[in-house]
Amino acid sequence: MSVTLFLPAVLARLADGSRIEGAGGTVGEVVGDVAARYPALAERLRDTEGKPYPFVTFYLNDEDIRFHGGFDATVQDGDEVTVVPAIAGG
Amino acid sequence: MTAATLPELSREELRRYSRHLILPDLGIDGQRRLKKARVLLIGAGGLGSPLALYLAAAGIGTLGLVDFDVVEASNLQRQVLHGTRDIGRSKLASARDRIADVNPHVRCELHETRLTASNALEILREYDVVVDGTDNFATRYLTNDACVLLGKPNVYGSIFRFEGQVSVFATTDGPCYRCLYPEPPPPGLVPSCAEGGVLGVLPGLVGTIQATEALKLILGIGDPLIGRLLLVDSLGATYRTLKVRRNPLCPACGTREIQQLIDYDEFCGVSTEQPAGTIPQISPLDLAARLRRGDDIDVIDVREPYEWEIAHIEGARLLPFSEVPVSLATIDTARDVVVLCKSGGRSAAAVSHLQSVGYRKVWNLRGGIDAWSRDVDPYVPRY
Repeated sequence: MSVTLFLPAVLARLADGSRIEGAGGTVGEVVGDVAARYPALAERLRDTEGKPYPFVTFYLNDEDIRFHGGFDATVQDGDEVTVVPAIAGG
Repeated sequence: MTAATLPELSREELRRYSRHLILPDLGIDGQRRLKKARVLLIGAGGLGSPLALYLAAAGIGTLGLVDFDVVEASNLQRQVLHGTRDIGRSKLASARDRIADVNPHVRCELHETRLTASNALEILREYDVVVDGTDNFATRYLTNDACVLLGKPNVYGSIFRFEGQVSVFATTDGPCYRCLYPEPPPPGLVPSCAEGGVLGVLPGLVGTIQATEALKLILGIGDPLIGRLLLVDSLGATYRTLKVRRNPLCPACGTREIQQLIDYDEFCGVSTEQPAGTIPQISPLDLAARLRRGDDIDVIDVREPYEWEIAHIEGARLLPFSEVPVSLATIDTARDVVVLCKSGGRSAAAVSHLQSVGYRKVWNLRGGIDAWSRDVDPYVPRY
């Protein structure tokens, strides 16, 4: 499956831009594919065990993946995964 | 709330609010609701500026403000509540004067203090709507938990560089901040606006959306951002909403195991003791004296290249924070090492990392290049 990963500007500079294509059957596989290609980005997306952080929320289309199996959530061709890290500025 | 319990509007107020009074869904009753409302703004900075100005102009009867900062020149690029002549004044004194000019019918309640676990419930309890415009994770979790415990809606907004987030948390049926982010990032991972920068108009975009949400909640109109997270991308000129679900396992609003406020500095890994305790520090004056004496010290600046361009210390070398772990070969364990950044946060994290991989002769420059400029060399620009 080919999925588009959307990154906020703060992470986009660690990759080739804010939209990256990734391959895999689950959100975790797509993240793993992207992480392998952009090592600087990898540690911002998942921990050393490959699990999601509690302060980086992943959306599969408009849904928080935590309520759909986390990184095991299955993806379809053309799905969009949006990375929303916590920010605190005010 | 029945119309009978709402405050009356004076002739002057009727004139002032005429564009509201003729607005369908708002009208005289709506305006009287705004007059009766008590809204608390946590933070009188970037987000607090448009919030205070627009909510005051709209006729909110009582605006509470929590802040303990002083207006600095570097605030004025975005904090439009304050002006050049306010530099050096307390933000709340400056806010009070500006609000009185915008709308003398607004009563200001100033809470010139840091919001803490020991005063939060007492302060928030007196208000109908709480607006989170603070600038750090600890206060965001504190505000969230206090709102959940008290059953007060929390109009959340947060910004970084060119992007922002807005939502409404802690309503009766909606999710809370912890449902979206169960835990904060470790200190140092996410730079603050002081370290990472922020586009000056961004808090204007995000703060006015928060103000809109606060008004909608008070008036009971429209679709508030309950259960939705609005992402604002100023560069892409896109606004996108994503669903936020209430997490049944959330310790605040789900299982309700959080029955009282906790230690939020500890929760966020920010120990106030840490810099003095486990991280060895050197003052700018002491470092300057050692360098003058000709001591062999590797002075490492862990800021970003664009910060280095603005200002740097003669004799230091640039090694951005993210490159420290992969550049250990360039740092000699036998030499004395002093690490610095803008104000001492990132460098403390770098020192901690160096200690964890075996460096023993490593110090954090207390207060960073800011303090160096203040105490040693005023020709180094502050930013």
